[in-house]
Amino acid sequence: MRPFSYQRATDPDLAVQALSAAAAANNPLTQAAAQPLAGGTTLIDLMKLDVMRPAALVDINPLASGWSAIESKGDGLRLGALAKMSDVAAHTEIQRNYPVIANSLNLAASAQLRNMATLGGNVMQRTRCSYFRDVSYENCNKRNPGSGCAAMDGVNRMHAVLGTSDQCIATYPGDFAQALIALDAMVEITGRSGTRNVPFADLHKAPGSTPDIETTLQPGELISAFSVPGRWPRSVYLKARDRQSYEFALSSAAVALDVQDGTIRDARVALGGVATVPWRAREAEALLKGQKFDDDLAQRVAAAAFADARGRQHNSFKIALGKRVVARALQQAVTMEVRS
Amino acid sequence: MTAAAPEPKANMGQPVPRYDAAAKVTGRATYASDMPLDNPAYAFLVTSAIAKGRIDGFDLDDARGVRGVIDIVTHENAPKLKESKLFSNGGYAGTTIQPLKSADIAHDGEIIAVVIAESYEAAREAANRVKVSYTAVAPSASFDSPGTTTAAAKGQNSQFKEDPEVGDFAKAFDQAEVKLTASYDTPTQHHNPMELFTTSCAWMGDNLVIYEGSQYVYGLKNGVAEQLGIDADKVRVVNPYVGGGFGSRGSMTPRTAIIAGIAKRLNRPIKLVPTRDQGFTIATYRAETRHEIRLGAGRDGKLAALRHEGSEVSSRPDAYCVGGTKTTTRLYACPNVSSLVSIVRADRNTPGFMRSPPEVPYLFALESAMDELAVKLNMDPVELRRINDTTVEPIGGKPYTSRSLMACFDEAAKAFGWSQRSPQPKSMSDGDWLVGYGCAATCYPTQMAPSAARVRLQRDGRTRVEIAGHEIGTGAYTVIAQTASERLGVPLEKVAVFVGDSDLPPAPVAGGSNSTASTCSAVMMVCDQIRQRLFKAVMPGDSLADKAKETVGISQTPSTQAAKSDRPLDLDKAFDALGVGVVEEYGEWKPEGAPLDSFAAMHSGHARLVGGHSMKYKIAYAFGAEFVEVRVDRFTHEIRAPRLVGAFAAGRIMNPRTARSQLMGGLIWGMSSALLEATEIDERNARYVNDNLADYLVPVNADVPGVEVILLSEQDDHINPAGVKGLGELANVGTNAAICNAIYHATGQRIRKLPVRLENIEV
Repeated sequence: MRPFSYQRATDPDLAVQALSAAAAANNPLTQAAAQPLAGGTTLIDLMKLDVMRPAALVDINPLASGWSAIESKGDGLRLGALAKMSDVAAHTEIQRNYPVIANSLNLAASAQLRNMATLGGNVMQRTRCSYFRDVSYENCNKRNPGSGCAAMDGVNRMHAVLGTSDQCIATYPGDFAQALIALDAMVEITGRSGTRNVPFADLHKAPGSTPDIETTLQPGELISAFSVPGRWPRSVYLKARDRQSYEFALSSAAVALDVQDGTIRDARVALGGVATVPWRAREAEALLKGQKFDDDLAQRVAAAAFADARGRQHNSFKIALGKRVVARALQQAVTMEVRS
Repeated sequence: MTAAAPEPKANMGQPVPRYDAAAKVTGRATYASDMPLDNPAYAFLVTSAIAKGRIDGFDLDDARGVRGVIDIVTHENAPKLKESKLFSNGGYAGTTIQPLKSADIAHDGEIIAVVIAESYEAAREAANRVKVSYTAVAPSASFDSPGTTTAAAKGQNSQFKEDPEVGDFAKAFDQAEVKLTASYDTPTQHHNPMELFTTSCAWMGDNLVIYEGSQYVYGLKNGVAEQLGIDADKVRVVNPYVGGGFGSRGSMTPRTAIIAGIAKRLNRPIKLVPTRDQGFTIATYRAETRHEIRLGAGRDGKLAALRHEGSEVSSRPDAYCVGGTKTTTRLYACPNVSSLVSIVRADRNTPGFMRSPPEVPYLFALESAMDELAVKLNMDPVELRRINDTTVEPIGGKPYTSRSLMACFDEAAKAFGWSQRSPQPKSMSDGDWLVGYGCAATCYPTQMAPSAARVRLQRDGRTRVEIAGHEIGTGAYTVIAQTASERLGVPLEKVAVFVGDSDLPPAPVAGGSNSTASTCSAVMMVCDQIRQRLFKAVMPGDSLADKAKETVGISQTPSTQAAKSDRPLDLDKAFDALGVGVVEEYGEWKPEGAPLDSFAAMHSGHARLVGGHSMKYKIAYAFGAEFVEVRVDRFTHEIRAPRLVGAFAAGRIMNPRTARSQLMGGLIWGMSSALLEATEIDERNARYVNDNLADYLVPVNADVPGVEVILLSEQDDHINPAGVKGLGELANVGTNAAICNAIYHATGQRIRKLPVRLENIEV
């Protein structure tokens, strides 16, 4: 860890100012000199590992009074970015109307981390790629653009099979983001010129030739809230992992369905643990719409979701696993009891 | 899972709460790094990013510029240290690879520089700013890497003297009615004790005090003295509590003498707290192993032939091996046995002891093979063990001092509900889960080593026991206090125990599960010396004839008899008669069959362990049986083990509460070893990849909803005065095979490589 300055931002304008002041125009956000500090459950780890070396931390926890509300009003949901994961997961209306959100949060991390971590920080969580997190490896295109990728032919069991490039195969590690992207969530961003709303699907950027650029956020911008249109009581989050708790997904699926009289009116499928960014399987969704559900359909949907998947030495199993997870999540969503 | 302490059965002590329970749960227990130091400097390690090659140079300008940096020590300016021999070759060290000696790199994560600063933070920052240029050479990572060398263990490792064999394996295997040949693999594992591999070194003149979590304070004291070239009496090692050892702190690591040497030069105490990932390379680990088992049996299930070949990875300079064939060739009745252990040298740090070092990998192979044989024979696996149970080990024909293996199988089977199992694989399920039941035998050699103790008894019953034993979480304080309380007839709360300090009378390494047997036997003996002095004071004098008979060993004097009996003692009367206020005794105990140099070795930090299979006329093991329920999700293939049931017999159980904790921890570790734990090695560069507790998986509470430990009553008068068989390393041995056997039952798929992960399941 290197020395850094610390300041508490008591209102959003001060936070944005402090973060903007230190921003250099051509730096990606992840290497900006000033970083916002919320729960700190990722940032502080990466600073100890010398992966992130911010000169300044801007503590945005004082903004929680305005930025942590959970508002469920009829046909939509608004979640403040500083709401704690555990508070949102325990909210009865979210459990009833958006089980995919409650479950994605409940199945993430540990109880202790969920009590500290915020929603905004959670979606910004950086990859767990061992080579990214170990600075003794020089070849990491995320850390050192153009240096190569140690994971490509290294130990890559946990790595991505979707959205990869020849520059980076690091997995996006989170769970909650799969629920957000599946439900067409919007993200509210507060910056120098006020707030703007963008689809959550546009927040993260696949690695392509610039794995160091992970999101479309600009230095000085903060996520202030998420909003989710509609209600999705028929939704599930299924997560396959090596142990029963406190472990990242090897493969997960966020599925939300609108089923009327046995026909699927609308379907959402997102994948976790297998892709470089929060991953919406739109081709798979298209196969579901207007159909009656059966196992054969589930298999075809699962196959479509992974049609473009590419495995490496240790992670090819994720393709077959991911298909089974999608099919099972669909079955669970179809058969779950929903109280109207 | 209930937390209630088990009711003691015959030949068990009371399940009293831990002596150190309150100190631990309130945070008052002081671990080595908690010890206050006067004006310390802080050290942070820089470790190599290559596994083989040499350092071309350092660029230290940036690091030296960090405010608070005092010194940066590299091979160019490190204190000169003497070499130390490997623990298993009569030395103290866990490795002979001595860092900071030259520019050469022998393994990933070798210490290449030590930054000393006024604060931990400054030392860490400066360490991050050290730039190193290397010339790397392609290293050999493991078994399948080019450039390794392989040779038989026998002749290389002084603790592996023979490949056990008897009869004519080849002929018997050839003629056997039923045959099995199968290969098994176990992975690299790291201990990851909660307490990091810290050390603090403080000099007072020529005297050095080391605060360091150690499983062998006498070994560490003598080893560091040897490396520094000073008198061992000038070195003291202190650690009243150790935050987990599991073998990782049994032998000396290079860090201690390095820090001591720098502290001397700086003339200031130095505190080193390495990181979790550095712990993977600056200490030892369990190396990966490979096995081939051949079993030949009659249709009746009787074993006719057994061959066990094992190979193990070690470092280039050190022939470390665990050689578990010494156990697997003796576990079952079999007239024709052969075996071979080989060592494969790679560019790795030297492996070392890790909880049940030989038995974990080798019994995984044998107990998996026994299950496979039972399937071939269409026989219940419990019955196959019963048919091949024996009271005499087949290699040397020596009798087991006691052996409750089948009693354990029967008790555990009953508690588990084994009779509910439908034998056909893939025949049991529950919703999304395929359900499998599996079992395996477990065992661990009963070992003892010479130990001294000092006991001081006051007239009011207050007692002080001093012994350089080790509280590594096992309950050493508690069972030592119980022993003194029982022998002296004083209330437990009046007994104060002091361990973890090399200024106390020597005790052996807390390894090989010998501690309770050794330290309690010593404490018993010294308590009896006190009783004898007191009885002598209140009894008529022993006659000359009685004394003469005792001297030549025909009989004991009345006072000796009284001291060794359970006869109560009236302390007031005895102290009045003796005319003193305090009685203090020191004594040195050694087990039957201990070598002649035992006591001298004990004082110089060499533990002469005896027992197991190495005794002349007998063989002593603790046994158990483990049953597990495994569930495999038919969609995700996730594997969980919701029920672990073990029954164990280990001679006298000193304290059923602490014993249960040990065995429960062992079962959980065994499950972890079967399903979760593995250190991943990057084949290209021989570096450990998942070197942190987020990526090196160990179970969380949700993984172990049901663990049941059954303690069997067993009395064994042929092992040691305490009648104790060590059980700290007993439970995590059989679980690996039991889990794989249950996975076979659940899925019909035999998996012979650990750990088993969801991608290994094809259903």
